[in-house]
Amino acid sequence: MRAVWQALTRRSGWLGLFGATLLVVLVLLALFGPWLDLPDPTRTNLRARMVGPTITWFSLGAHPLGTDQLGRDILSRIVAGSRVTLMVAGAAVLLGGVLGTLLGLISGYFGGWVDRILMRLVDIQLALPLMLLALMVVAALGPSLRNLIGVLALVSWVRYARIVRGQVLAVREREFVQSARAIGASHSRIILRHILPNVLTPALVVATLELARVIVLEAGLSFLGLGIQPPDPSWGRMLADGRTYISSAWWIITFPGLALMLTVLAVNLLGDWLRDFFDPRLAVR
Amino acid sequence: MALLAIEGLSVGFAREGRFARVIPDLTYSVEAGETLGIVGESGSGKSVHALALLGLLPQPPGRILGGRAVFDGHDLLAMPEARLRDLRGGRIGMIFQDPMTALNPVLTIGRQIAEPLIRHKAMSMRQALDRATDLLALVGIRDGARRLSQYPHEFSGGMRQRVMIAIAISCEPALLIADEPTTALDVTVQGQILDLMAELRDRLRMTMVWITHDMGVVAGIADTIQVMYAGRIMERGPVNAVFASPRSAYTYGLLQSLPHGARPPGGRLMQIPGAPPDMFAPTPGDPFAPRNPFATPRCHREAPPLRAVEDSVAGHMVAAWYDLPRLLA
Amino acid sequence: MGRFLLSRLGDGIVAIWGVVTIVFVVSRLLGDPAILLLPVGATEEQLQALRAGLGLDRPIWEQYVTFLGGALRGDFGQSFQFMRPALSVVLERMPATMALAGSALLVGVVLGCVAGSMAALFRGTIVEGVVMLLALLGQATPVFWLGLLLILLFAVDLGLLPTGGYDGPMSLVLPALTLGTFTTASIARLLRSGMLDVMKDDHVRTARAKGLLPGTVFLWHIARNSLIPVVTMVGILAGELLGGSVVTETVFSWPGVGRLIVQAMEAKDFPVVQAGVMVIATIFVVINLFVDLLYGLLDPRIRARR
Repeated sequence: MRAVWQALTRRSGWLGLFGATLLVVLVLLALFGPWLDLPDPTRTNLRARMVGPTITWFSLGAHPLGTDQLGRDILSRIVAGSRVTLMVAGAAVLLGGVLGTLLGLISGYFGGWVDRILMRLVDIQLALPLMLLALMVVAALGPSLRNLIGVLALVSWVRYARIVRGQVLAVREREFVQSARAIGASHSRIILRHILPNVLTPALVVATLELARVIVLEAGLSFLGLGIQPPDPSWGRMLADGRTYISSAWWIITFPGLALMLTVLAVNLLGDWLRDFFDPRLAVR
Repeated sequence: MALLAIEGLSVGFAREGRFARVIPDLTYSVEAGETLGIVGESGSGKSVHALALLGLLPQPPGRILGGRAVFDGHDLLAMPEARLRDLRGGRIGMIFQDPMTALNPVLTIGRQIAEPLIRHKAMSMRQALDRATDLLALVGIRDGARRLSQYPHEFSGGMRQRVMIAIAISCEPALLIADEPTTALDVTVQGQILDLMAELRDRLRMTMVWITHDMGVVAGIADTIQVMYAGRIMERGPVNAVFASPRSAYTYGLLQSLPHGARPPGGRLMQIPGAPPDMFAPTPGDPFAPRNPFATPRCHREAPPLRAVEDSVAGHMVAAWYDLPRLLA
Repeated sequence: MGRFLLSRLGDGIVAIWGVVTIVFVVSRLLGDPAILLLPVGATEEQLQALRAGLGLDRPIWEQYVTFLGGALRGDFGQSFQFMRPALSVVLERMPATMALAGSALLVGVVLGCVAGSMAALFRGTIVEGVVMLLALLGQATPVFWLGLLLILLFAVDLGLLPTGGYDGPMSLVLPALTLGTFTTASIARLLRSGMLDVMKDDHVRTARAKGLLPGTVFLWHIARNSLIPVVTMVGILAGELLGGSVVTETVFSWPGVGRLIVQAMEAKDFPVVQAGVMVIATIFVVINLFVDLLYGLLDPRIRARR
């Protein structure tokens, strides 16, 4: 705890702290958004279409960040969108993390042909730009929330697998693993009790770095109309819709994008700090 | 005439908000043609002061607080960086401790030897590479023309140090500063490098400052020895006189720890007890006093000045309140 | 070196084969292409005829072999939209994508190297702070939002540049900046930290002890050594660039392969999607082959190990 605090108070640590704070605020906003006194994010109001931001230094006004082309309140939509975004990205990272960690453990622990095949698979997947892979799979399966999470998990498992495998190779030969093997512990016991605890930290660092990537990817897919589907509000979709009105209503594209950037920034700052704190060697992305 | 005269050099270091005067006040000189061996443990300020002279001390955390270092009539510490740059690698050469890291891993050996020649002797790359071949031969590397196009990783540690020497002597410097050039090498290779440098020194008539922690090395190559501790000179004098009759307890301790020193058969190699002083928390008095079994009460109160030793040869000086030969007798 | 190249070439071919396989698997996940191809209300006989025509009634491994053979010959079938071979439709759009991705890479490498060097040279000053802040923001800004903002500022408000389209060098400025920003930011951050590490190395002190001019020390003993990780990074970033080009082309109505793929997806023109994905994956593999080659040229230690 003391070491964490010391690392936080270093110069680079302040950025990590800032990122963590920002992320906590965003998560709280997403969790408790429904209890805030905000207009219904899906209610259209054609008489209040494309109202500019009413926020001033002194008051919020009826629509602090304005309304969109259908008269929906942008602030409510951003808050509602953060729920969907964080839920999808969080689920995808968790799923991809579990899958990638598991395969990385197997690959590193057993080695041999299992390892060769899995790592080849990683190489192949890395030869395909993520965006294209996600695009192709979503187009094939159809855009639903479940498919979206699945696809995002599918494109992110490789990085966990790589890092975890490397860590396993390093840990496998240490004394405590060797002695566990010597007293006849089963493979699953060795992996779960002795190796897993040692790979969780790097996996956590990768998860943070992946979270940012997945958020951007999701927003990109939604922007292209292949991600989160209406009426669910999503930041990417809001940007796509606002495109048409860019010359008359700048606020429609500005605020959702800002929310997206701040979220990614927060996660990146936290990830960088975690990486520096736990293991600078992971710096190679 | 003194080629290099240092007067009142003072260097400080800042770390985590604390400040230490690692060299409080250093004065000595090196005569033209002389080889001065500076001996001390790590943290004695021997390397730091050499880097400070040449403007190679990283600042911050280091800081030169004052003093003069007159080389050939000009103060190195007062001259503009551009003029100091003209001297570095030209009239003053320098060799560092670790040959494994001192060379740039991604440039050819030839290019690295040619650089100072192009810079200081206004040679073309072609001429410089020709000269580099000769230089490699001079430092005992055969087949130089072929080896010029190789990279540092293709050389052994001893070979790399030979390359470093070739670089340092490439412009025939008047003064060569060697900072522990043999420390990182195998014992057999150490001897070869030592012989090579002695030979080159005589052939090129170089003045040399040899920095080391090893008394044995100094015995082989230096005319004058200067023992440093906590940034101060503890003892200084002609090598023979100092080895025959050390006057500082610290010098005595260093000599005792030499494997071929006088010690009872089968006895253990003597080690100086205690740790080097914490420069961030200086104590009054002689800095060596806390580790010195011969220390007098005055040693703990008051730092001794460097004075001439009366019953020894000229130039033998010591900073001590006690009279070591009498205490040892 | 020759053997190394050959083995990397082998890896590349395996990777492309893997991508073909992924594309095949995904295309079979689509369900029955025959239903998609025929207008609603087609009879069962028509469907059967089409399935036979497409070879969909044969065993899956046979279909795979056929698909692989086709891919090898560059035959991905006819585009449903254009009624021409899919590959030729894709290749027609290549110059636009190459122009965009190429200039974005150029922007990224040049700006990134300049910014990263500045930050390292002026470490501890406001210059480093500003560059690093911009780089952090640049890495966090999604490509499509940045594109929209640039359009808003330079095209809508200032009216200096076109909002989109493919019409002369002026129309390239905004898309290239948009796509190049992430690359710029990543390279700047990597180069700065790399340079700060190298500056501490002993060999830099040696270079200074030789009396070399500061410019020589910086270029040959600091920058030269720090470039090696940057080159690796470019290989990774090429993937981000090609993926990002899909979105950027859509934002700027840029007639490249990325936008073609998106449009083909909407139109369910799968041969074009497959051909497009294959072409981009191949480019990516080739770029990484070059990166490996360059890496060897820059670092003699790697060259020796091979």
